[in-house]
Amino acid sequence: MKRYLLGLFDDDEVLLNAVDSIRSQNIPIHDVVTPFAVHGLDEKLGLKYSRLHIGGFWIGLTGTAIAFSFMTWVFTADWPLVFGGKPNFSFPAFIPIMFEFTVLSASIAMTFAFLMRSHLYPGRFREPLDPRTTSHLFGMVFKINDNTSQDEKDHLSQLLREAGAVEVREREMSKHY
Amino acid sequence: MHAESYIRPPLIKGNKTYLQITEDIARSVEAKPSKLWWIATSIAATLMAWGLFCIGWTVWFGIGTWGLNRTVGWGWDITNFVWWIGIGHAGTLISAILLLFRQKWRTGVNRAAEAMTIFAVICAALFPVFHMGRVWLAFFNLPYPNTRGPVWPNFNSPLMWDVFAISTYFTVSLLFWYTGLIPDIATIRDRAKSKIAHWAYSVLSFGWVGSAKHWQRHEMLSLVLAGISTPLVLSVHTIVSFDFATSVIPGWHTTIFPPYFVAGAIFSGFAMVLTLMIITRKVLNLEQYITIDHIESMNKIIVLTGSIVGCAYLTELFTAWYSQNPYEQYAFANRALGPYWWSYWGMMTCNVISPQLFWIRKLRRSAWFTFFMSIVINCGMWFERFVIIVTSLHRDYIPSSWAMYSPTWVEISIYIGSLGLFFTAFLIFAKTMPVIAMAEIKHILKISGEAQKDAAHAHSKDHGREPVIIPQTI
Repeated sequence: MKRYLLGLFDDDEVLLNAVDSIRSQNIPIHDVVTPFAVHGLDEKLGLKYSRLHIGGFWIGLTGTAIAFSFMTWVFTADWPLVFGGKPNFSFPAFIPIMFEFTVLSASIAMTFAFLMRSHLYPGRFREPLDPRTTSHLFGMVFKINDNTSQDEKDHLSQLLREAGAVEVREREMSKHY
Repeated sequence: MHAESYIRPPLIKGNKTYLQITEDIARSVEAKPSKLWWIATSIAATLMAWGLFCIGWTVWFGIGTWGLNRTVGWGWDITNFVWWIGIGHAGTLISAILLLFRQKWRTGVNRAAEAMTIFAVICAALFPVFHMGRVWLAFFNLPYPNTRGPVWPNFNSPLMWDVFAISTYFTVSLLFWYTGLIPDIATIRDRAKSKIAHWAYSVLSFGWVGSAKHWQRHEMLSLVLAGISTPLVLSVHTIVSFDFATSVIPGWHTTIFPPYFVAGAIFSGFAMVLTLMIITRKVLNLEQYITIDHIESMNKIIVLTGSIVGCAYLTELFTAWYSQNPYEQYAFANRALGPYWWSYWGMMTCNVISPQLFWIRKLRRSAWFTFFMSIVINCGMWFERFVIIVTSLHRDYIPSSWAMYSPTWVEISIYIGSLGLFFTAFLIFAKTMPVIAMAEIKHILKISGEAQKDAAHAHSKDHGREPVIIPQTI
């Protein structure tokens, strides 16, 4: 059994300030779950910058290279055909497909990278710590275990309430959250 | 936190909270389907079934069941194809280009517009595919090592570019739409009461819980997808216009085609978004999220793109005269005064004259008038494609091969069937998925909510800063 302590907030600005005050006490925040993207939260939590776009850029460039080299190979080496007296290597006519293939590779790669890195896949059943966190509440999640004393928990709850939490609850989950 | 000027009209009316937004938008998904929904869906599904039957008829008996002839090889099929692709342009424009331009009003309509894009592209793809005749050989379009040489497709042909452009557009739109839907599906999942609904939305939500890291990646993904979709939207209709512009047919061989087609696509796409959203906001009680200001913003885009299209029509006409090329001149004289004059003047009235009425603020802000106009524009844009395709083809260089074209019942039925498919898909979407992007609406609530704006205004007043109020009529 995995155990978590969850502080629930009803306002994003209160949440952002709470993250600051909890982190200033050197208490590790396991995760923050929000119903929408709260701007600035990742910075306050000290999350690393996402490198998704860098991957997208390189895969996109690979797509451009594949499209270009494939069409060049087909028209100059594998099966040179003459269309309306035009040169076999007619680069301007390759541009549209090169562009489309770049966009296609970059977007597919980025989407799959996003899903895989976040362990999201069709049919992944995941019980939320609190169902309201996908609707209107913001949850700050802390890991606890059997060794965590009641005093420690009370102290954390106290801190959360002082920081503006509207509710603090404990959850036991069968799987890692 | 961004601040927004008080004089900007709020995008979310009423005193909303995050919970209320969830409830308002999830209500239509959670409620039992209404009688009206069943009636509309059965009508649409019947039309779709009839269209599918006629597609089967075409495949069984061949393209001879259509009204095409040796002179007019493209008729309603390609007209419908270009029309549907054009309609499919608004979704990605709203979600991608308006995201980059930080137009926050897009959040009210982007979800439904993206869904509309996907369904419109499916409808569009039907036409060139079945126009191939031997549709079971459609895979010849794909470049794969084959036993025919291998003989590769002609990558220099605009028709081949179209295969790439449209399949890319469909895939990217689908990814964009679905990744945006995931958090909202999770919301519906966590509210679901019945076991089946919970199970289904769990499968579809991919296990989303809204972790900070996931949101960070999600935001990055949306931004980059928007960035690369922006040139993609413009490229798709550009390439569709190349199907015509790279040919040697008078009336088609024009360099103005790419921007003219793109503007026309956005014009018709917005018209279809308005047609659907004006009904949706009424039926699903979403008037506080899709406000009259949203409608006005879209109408402004309609005036802009409609004027670009009108300007392109006149430029074409002028260039035909100025070129002193008798073939080009004849093609245009024939459009306006020939046997298909009604389609040309229908196009001119619907697309050039009528959108100019939106300069009048009262008309721009009337939902009923906008609804009526959106239908007019949809018709006008259909006429435009018919004019470009059929009137340019039916009288070619040799008068002995001149011919007339009219569709058969099969072609008409497939077109009606594609409308049935589109509306069936949209109605099912509107019943099973949140039609408004909840997470995005919540994101802008503090900036653009009516009550929140009023509170901020009162606050600044208390601090002795009196904002300048500019009258709304300007």
